[in-house]
Amino acid sequence: MTPLFSVRNLTKRYGARIGCADVSFDLYPGEIMGIVGESGSGKSTLLNCLAGHLDPDAGQVLFDTRDRGLIDTATMSEPERRMLARTDWAFVHQNPRDGLRMGVSAGGNVGERLMAVGARNYGQIRESAIDWLGRVEIAADRIDDRPRAFSGGMQQRLQIARNLVTGPRLVFMDEPTGGLDVSVQARLLDLLRTLVRRMGLSAVIVTHDLAVVRLLADRLMVMKSGHVVEQGLTDQVLDDPQHGYTQLLVSSVLQV
Amino acid sequence: MTDYNFAYLDEQTKRMIRRAILKGLAVPGYQVPFASREMPMPYGWGTGGVQVSAAILVPEDRFKVIDQGSDDTTNAVSIRKFFEATAGVATTTHTTEATVIQTRHRIPETALTEGQILVYQVPIPEPLRFLEPREAETRKMHALEEYGLMHVKLYEDIARHGHIATAYAYPVLVQGRYVMDPSPIPKFDNPRLESAAIQLFGAGREQRIYALPPHTRVVSLDFEDHPFEASKADHACGLCGAGDTYLDEVITDDRGSRLFACSDTDYCEARRAAGHAGAMAAPYAETQA
Repeated sequence: MTPLFSVRNLTKRYGARIGCADVSFDLYPGEIMGIVGESGSGKSTLLNCLAGHLDPDAGQVLFDTRDRGLIDTATMSEPERRMLARTDWAFVHQNPRDGLRMGVSAGGNVGERLMAVGARNYGQIRESAIDWLGRVEIAADRIDDRPRAFSGGMQQRLQIARNLVTGPRLVFMDEPTGGLDVSVQARLLDLLRTLVRRMGLSAVIVTHDLAVVRLLADRLMVMKSGHVVEQGLTDQVLDDPQHGYTQLLVSSVLQV
Repeated sequence: MTDYNFAYLDEQTKRMIRRAILKGLAVPGYQVPFASREMPMPYGWGTGGVQVSAAILVPEDRFKVIDQGSDDTTNAVSIRKFFEATAGVATTTHTTEATVIQTRHRIPETALTEGQILVYQVPIPEPLRFLEPREAETRKMHALEEYGLMHVKLYEDIARHGHIATAYAYPVLVQGRYVMDPSPIPKFDNPRLESAAIQLFGAGREQRIYALPPHTRVVSLDFEDHPFEASKADHACGLCGAGDTYLDEVITDDRGSRLFACSDTDYCEARRAAGHAGAMAAPYAETQA
């Protein structure tokens, strides 16, 4: 079985300092990879390199394209890469304001990716927007409201709908539950888990919240100071942490 | 007039503008940057159009200026006088006689012919500006033909108003490649962007020139189920009776009476001279007295 997404010895430096160093992993279709670590451990740098927002200094990011098979995204032409970013890939930002157009209605936000790949029928665009708002539990009568009028949790759900509407195969998520209160977080996680499983998506989720990866991720990668210190199956890593830092991380979670 | 170089601008500047115009004509709809000069009028009064006109005028030209269809508003009169003074070219108000027409917000009703040049004054050349404020990003979007965002704007129109409510500066796709802002002409004029004349667009403050060569394919963007419609006020001209022209609505008193009249004054006058009369028109001979 060929991996959907394969990372080889990825390194990104900021001058003399290390962003992330020598990261390698394979991601298979339908699999969810969690990346945890403290602030400044290089998680976001890594995710941005993976998603093509930053150019890595060394290493390869391979993606299994529909027409040409596994190729290095760095060798793709820019139009190809941008096309990929709005069809087969999706990126969910931590702050919904970064991922949404705040001046455009919810329906327009969801429809944008469809129109970007050539949808030119208003009725159909609107229908799939309503369908997707329903799937992320936003009432259909809010379709013409702007995201400004939405709560934080709703904005995040809208961002997810906007990203998944073109049926991507790989989703990058940067702290998708950051800044939400716990009950809203729980609902969002539940929703994400359902969507991801139903659509058979692969995902890379960056978070510092161990509960999120426990619920969503099949595999886990623990990062510290730009290096991967431990990786394995989520339950295995969390239940039997081997590296000192992972043990610290797991034991730091507050029990209520 | 010896105090100014012909048509105000110096020859090097005109040359630079002509190069931008030629590049614009070679790549229809593409916004060519140019080193816009300070003109003796404020930005927003047509500095871009004036520079383009200055660069293309020759002494044999007959020059016409229209502002919102009219030949006799402040903007039209002052620009016409400007070139009368600095270039000494002949001027006219008749569309058919003019070789260069500078316009703001209208395309003349009379079809233009080969050999004529229509110069537009453009306030904001970037059709994606209000959707994507980053100039670097919009340039990239033009380069990569990523125009989905333009339809988001039209989608928003329909979602809010039930129909495409954009009535002017209606975005068009030029020769199947570049999305272009046709300057704030009413969308009624959009079909006439496919013309036998050369069309040049100058944006002074934004320092951009773009162009449509004759007979370029220009398609107004729309949705399959909400097609483009060249709309106008549902009346006939009160002065000349024309039913197929773009109309101005003029309020005539404080009791709700109004007059709909052709916005293209030259076209309207020509029709009245030819004996056509609208419902509210005085006999033509009387108006000439």
